[in-house]
Amino acid sequence: MRLVILEDYDLASEWAAKYIRNRIITFRPTAQRYFTLGLPTGLPRAHPESYHSYMWNNFFKHVDIDPANAHILDGNAQDLEAECAVFEKDIADAGGIDLFVGGIGPDGHIAFNEPGSSLVSRTRVKTLAKDTIVANARFFGHDLSKVPTMALTVGVGTVMDSREVMIVITGAHKAFALYKAIEDGVNHMWTVSAFQQHPRTIFVCDEDATLELRVKTVKYFKGLMHVHNKLVDPVLTMKNDLS
Amino acid sequence: MPSNGSVSDAPITQFINCRILKEHTLQREDLWVRDGRILDPEKLFFDEQGYADRQLDCGGAILAPGFIDVQLNGGYGVDFSTPSEDPGAGVAFVAKKILEHGVTSFCPTLVTSPPSVYHKVLQRFSFFTARCEFQSGGVHGAGVLGVHLEGPFISLEKKGAHPEQFLRTFGGSGGVNPLLEVYGGLDNVSMVTLAPELAGSQSVVEELSQRGVTVSLGHSVANLSQAEEAVQQGASFITHLFNAMLPFHHRDPGIVGLLTSNRIPAGRSVFYGMIADGIHTNPAALRIAHRAHPAGLVLVTDAIMAMGLPPGRHTLGQQVIEIQGLHAYVAGTTTLSGSIATMDMCVRHFQQASGCSVPEALEAASLHPAQLLGISHQKGSLEYGCDADLVLMDDQMVLEATYISGVEVWRK
Repeated sequence: MRLVILEDYDLASEWAAKYIRNRIITFRPTAQRYFTLGLPTGLPRAHPESYHSYMWNNFFKHVDIDPANAHILDGNAQDLEAECAVFEKDIADAGGIDLFVGGIGPDGHIAFNEPGSSLVSRTRVKTLAKDTIVANARFFGHDLSKVPTMALTVGVGTVMDSREVMIVITGAHKAFALYKAIEDGVNHMWTVSAFQQHPRTIFVCDEDATLELRVKTVKYFKGLMHVHNKLVDPVLTMKNDLS
Repeated sequence: MPSNGSVSDAPITQFINCRILKEHTLQREDLWVRDGRILDPEKLFFDEQGYADRQLDCGGAILAPGFIDVQLNGGYGVDFSTPSEDPGAGVAFVAKKILEHGVTSFCPTLVTSPPSVYHKVLQRFSFFTARCEFQSGGVHGAGVLGVHLEGPFISLEKKGAHPEQFLRTFGGSGGVNPLLEVYGGLDNVSMVTLAPELAGSQSVVEELSQRGVTVSLGHSVANLSQAEEAVQQGASFITHLFNAMLPFHHRDPGIVGLLTSNRIPAGRSVFYGMIADGIHTNPAALRIAHRAHPAGLVLVTDAIMAMGLPPGRHTLGQQVIEIQGLHAYVAGTTTLSGSIATMDMCVRHFQQASGCSVPEALEAASLHPAQLLGISHQKGSLEYGCDADLVLMDDQMVLEATYISGVEVWRK
């Protein structure tokens, strides 16, 4: 793995954004060959804080993506199992995910693959753990009774199939989960640990998230920052390249 | 993004690079329009998988709802109360001109006149208010919402520039019959200004309100109790606050006291018209009213036919007026006969004099009049589903363009 440690939340976010930008540009997507970006799922559609609203306001309305190319799991679908199966098929039809970007929960989950999820699981319905519900309460006026208890999620296996995985982890409350994810063994109680067996994983974090790691680990990877920073140097834009 | 991906026959326009007035603030958001209405882009994206057919770059300007003027007596030489052979042509002419001031909807106002004038003009106006394209407005001019009848059931002492010989009282019969007689009908009437202290006003106010006509108090010597009673019967507006009414007195605030009255029925609000031209109201008085009841302030021009004309003598209603600079007097007196300020001038002056925010100033000319008339689900706001009547302006609120139903109808 690569472990990229930045000073704070803003710098970590910026590094991650530049990395994604560079990956897309060097991929040189065309109308025949899309760059497929994977993102974790969220809350049911009907709610004002739904993931659709979240994705629209924070991503889609700022870019000119063709709506037909935005696939979001619909928690309000009639047949949830079919919805999940179609999603897996859509990923395959798109040629697989080139880069999956996600975070981890305080309990070490990736997407909503709660502790105990199979490390080879696929897209399915999951009942959320208490930790996750508490973490999501901020979207529901801090009223736990209003937070949905079920969600559709991509599986650990689904994410492992991606060609590259980037996990962004910030804040001291995630520090223990990060420790479990990279310094302890592969364990279905900390599903992010599955990525120890993925050929291309990057963990991007801020200083606070490293608080539970060994000094040796942190020093080693900080020493590699000059290499990491080359990954975010500006590359030619696609426009320049095509001329 | 290719522009031929529209999922419906109606083209979708996306206003980009603008700050829109929404939720009482200026937000850095795009505005989407389809079929003359404001579109929810999130629903378009997820439900229809649609996107814009064309994008209009607003250059960082402010995009706000078009202004609504509920008190406009005429302009550019046209006096709505002095009907020519074709009163309709006059309304149409003014409606087109006021697009330059950012007004996208208005209520043509008739001052106190003889019944013959009302009958003739109202009959012709119904042509406008009944026809959809004139009601919503378009390239041909601002939309005509309905007529504002200011008089003749007003107080003699507070007639202002209205002709004394045509003032009326309600008579003893009660109900709106005297009004039907004088006006010739109440179709297409949005608002009636009357003096509530006149005997028999209560049943009139009640019945007008039930018919959906906005009742406004003005040109009156009513005390606060009389005014409050009228509000309880259904009155919801005050015509040009401070002008043509008793001045505020600390033991009887009169109509002005409605701004802070605690006898307004629950769930209802009293709105008040303000002529913010710097002449009809001293800025300090404007501030007192605004601070007492900011949500009720409705900017009106009360503009007369001389608006847009050069200085000199002109005819208004059945009287003659004289223009000197930005002042318009009843000829030979110092009585103001009406203003000649344009709506956008009023918005700017209001903002400067009151020190309020730009969103507040803009809402006083759009959202509040729409709320007053009960049309805020359709006009005066940029919420999804509302008519796309818009004004584009810079940070000093100087207008750059006006749109009706999403179509550009005027550009600087």
